[in-house]
Amino acid sequence: MLTNNTHAALAGVTRVYPAAAGHGEVHALGPVDLTLARGEFFTVVGPSGCGKSTLLEVLAGLSPANAGNTSFEGKTVEGRVPEGVGVVFQEDASFPWLTVWDNVAFGLRRAGADPAEVERRVRDAIAFMGLKDFARAYPAQLSGGMRQRVCIARTLVLRPRLILLDEPFGALDAQTRLLMGDELLRLWRETGATVLLITHALDEAAMLADRVGAMSARPGRFIDVVATGWPRERDSRIVARPEFGALTGRLWELLRGESIKALGHATGGRADGMQA
Amino acid sequence: MSAAACSSRRLGWLRTGLIVGALAVTETLCRTGLISKQVLIPPTEMAASLGALLRSGKFNDDIAQTLGCVAAALALAVIFGFACGVTLHALPRLRRALDPLLATYYAVPFFVFYPVLISFFGLSRGPVIVIAFLFAVVVMVINTLNGLDRIPRVLTKVARVHHMAPLDTAFRIKLPAAAPHLFTGLKLAVAYTFIGVIASEFIMASSGLGFQIAYTYNNFDNRTMYALMLFVLALVTIVNMGLHVWEQRLLARRGGR
Amino acid sequence: MESFRRIADVILVLVALVALWQGLYWFVGEVGISGPWETVLYALDLLGQPQFWPHVRESLHAFAYSLVLAWIGGVGIGVWLGAHRLSGDLAEPILVALYSLPKVTLYPLILLVFGLGMPAKVAFGAIHGIFPVMIFTMNAVKNIKPVYLNAARTMNLSPGQVATTILIPAALPEVVTGLRVGFSLTLLGVLIGEMFASQRGLGFIIVNSIGLDNVPRMMAVTLMLFVFAALANAGLLALDRHLHQRV
Repeated sequence: MLTNNTHAALAGVTRVYPAAAGHGEVHALGPVDLTLARGEFFTVVGPSGCGKSTLLEVLAGLSPANAGNTSFEGKTVEGRVPEGVGVVFQEDASFPWLTVWDNVAFGLRRAGADPAEVERRVRDAIAFMGLKDFARAYPAQLSGGMRQRVCIARTLVLRPRLILLDEPFGALDAQTRLLMGDELLRLWRETGATVLLITHALDEAAMLADRVGAMSARPGRFIDVVATGWPRERDSRIVARPEFGALTGRLWELLRGESIKALGHATGGRADGMQA
Repeated sequence: MSAAACSSRRLGWLRTGLIVGALAVTETLCRTGLISKQVLIPPTEMAASLGALLRSGKFNDDIAQTLGCVAAALALAVIFGFACGVTLHALPRLRRALDPLLATYYAVPFFVFYPVLISFFGLSRGPVIVIAFLFAVVVMVINTLNGLDRIPRVLTKVARVHHMAPLDTAFRIKLPAAAPHLFTGLKLAVAYTFIGVIASEFIMASSGLGFQIAYTYNNFDNRTMYALMLFVLALVTIVNMGLHVWEQRLLARRGGR
Repeated sequence: MESFRRIADVILVLVALVALWQGLYWFVGEVGISGPWETVLYALDLLGQPQFWPHVRESLHAFAYSLVLAWIGGVGIGVWLGAHRLSGDLAEPILVALYSLPKVTLYPLILLVFGLGMPAKVAFGAIHGIFPVMIFTMNAVKNIKPVYLNAARTMNLSPGQVATTILIPAALPEVVTGLRVGFSLTLLGVLIGEMFASQRGLGFIIVNSIGLDNVPRMMAVTLMLFVFAALANAGLLALDRHLHQRV
């Protein structure tokens, strides 16, 4: 239901990949309905291959929908990425031929900002993401986690109002991921942006979000959307709270069957899960 | 100095030692007569002969001609090869149709076309440049295609997120991303151009370094012949080393990506 | 359906090439080249002439000997360089430098050592082909993932079993690529040798035809060599791709 507070929305969106060499049509997503309130943190969690990335790409305007309507700030999204939307991808998208500084400054310079402004904003973004000591280094000299921070800084510096992240911490180890989650929450609070994050990790989804959308196996649709009720000021230490355990339990209840389906095994026996 | 740099320094010295050792053995075998003077002259005599030759300037014209052909063929091969590679990459259906041809191209012994080209151009520099061009261009096309293929798809998505126009994307993202492969193409094109020019001159030209080597061989002038052979060897090695160093400087900080 | 389309596309390209050839013939005239149809006819006629076949045999013999030398020598040395770290590291830049060297520069030396005739031709072919085989084989052996060897140890395999069931299949795709490149270069070397240092063989016929201004004969032999090289390479390429898909 669209209200004035709706920042972005998908209504009845379906995405079908056309047949190509080696395979037939792939019904990847939908139909999906989703409304994002301004300033909320929404995570999407689901088994591999369920269409989560497709959802993000349609929302960002990178991929066309076959049916339904996508909108951002009241305007329809089609063909191009709307101004004010930032995307952080799963793969390392830092440009290996540029220094960290030039990477972060890239988008701003493309947009034609004046040099003093560029200097100021890049400096702030780099400091914000803790990359100050590496401003002159090249991505090849940094760890995976730091390269992702470069990508996030590059997105941040443009002050996007909607930030989309596609499994941004997928390549990192579990502990680094929790810490990066903290960084992301800090970023979210200080910029006031709306954030949509895709992940396959239940704990990450539960910890970061105001609302969690559980997605079915392909073709992906929302099975349920769970409100977490967390305060705005939160960090990774909420994993210690009992409500966290209940939340991840609930998510697994919703998703276990879907994960099995995605794995390709027949569901049978206790696939419906034990009732708590 | 890091351990890796230390060991590669050590390797460098060992390698130099190996080469010097091999030269020393050859020198001894020649001087003691175990290898006849008709077959091979001692390396030091080769070097002396080359020095005298260069000072006298007798072969300056031939050197200039060979280098000129190499430069012309290389420029054509690299520019045309790159343009073809970019075009084919943008037309997947044409690319797939041409694929067997590209793969079989280097199976064909090129120099068989030399006579055909002489029929076109007559005995001049034309056939030499064309053959060297034909020899080098496809390796540039193949490496351009490889380089463009291997651009991580996420980088083109980033370009769209930043609202970049197609031309802008091509120059600011695709070109730098494909640069390592393009450089490999350049190195191979240089090598193939040299081979094409010198082999063509050897077989059927009437001037140039390749021709002079054949000519001095036919006239039993071993001293001059070996001096020229040494010159070609040294030239090719220096050019390759230069390219290698340039590549290191250009691509080192990228960590091979 | 898709594969029909692809084959049709390739045939289209071949037809375009033949058309280009014909167009070139009309443009240049008989002095320069002969047209496609004429060349094919002459080639078929040549194949029927008894005095043609000794030349074919000569070239095939030279090519076969060179290929055996290049392939076996190249793989043998390549395996050693790949397995023995230090030798491999020492040799690699030298090999790459020798690979880029116009080997035709060394021909006079070879002629002085072997004299004119078959041994020289075989040497030409072999020095052209041996380097890529060596380089590819060396890299194939070097790049066998250590984790494969660890897995082998956990399975208590004998060294022979490790070699045949793990090392060879792991290295095979890159080695075959090297063999394929070596094949083409060896053929090139043998032909160049025949073109200027022999009185027999297909390369000699080509050069001889130019001297006698017999354009159709020159083009016919060139065409035959082209078809042979293309077919052989296509076969090796199919094998190459098949092996790489499995990896």
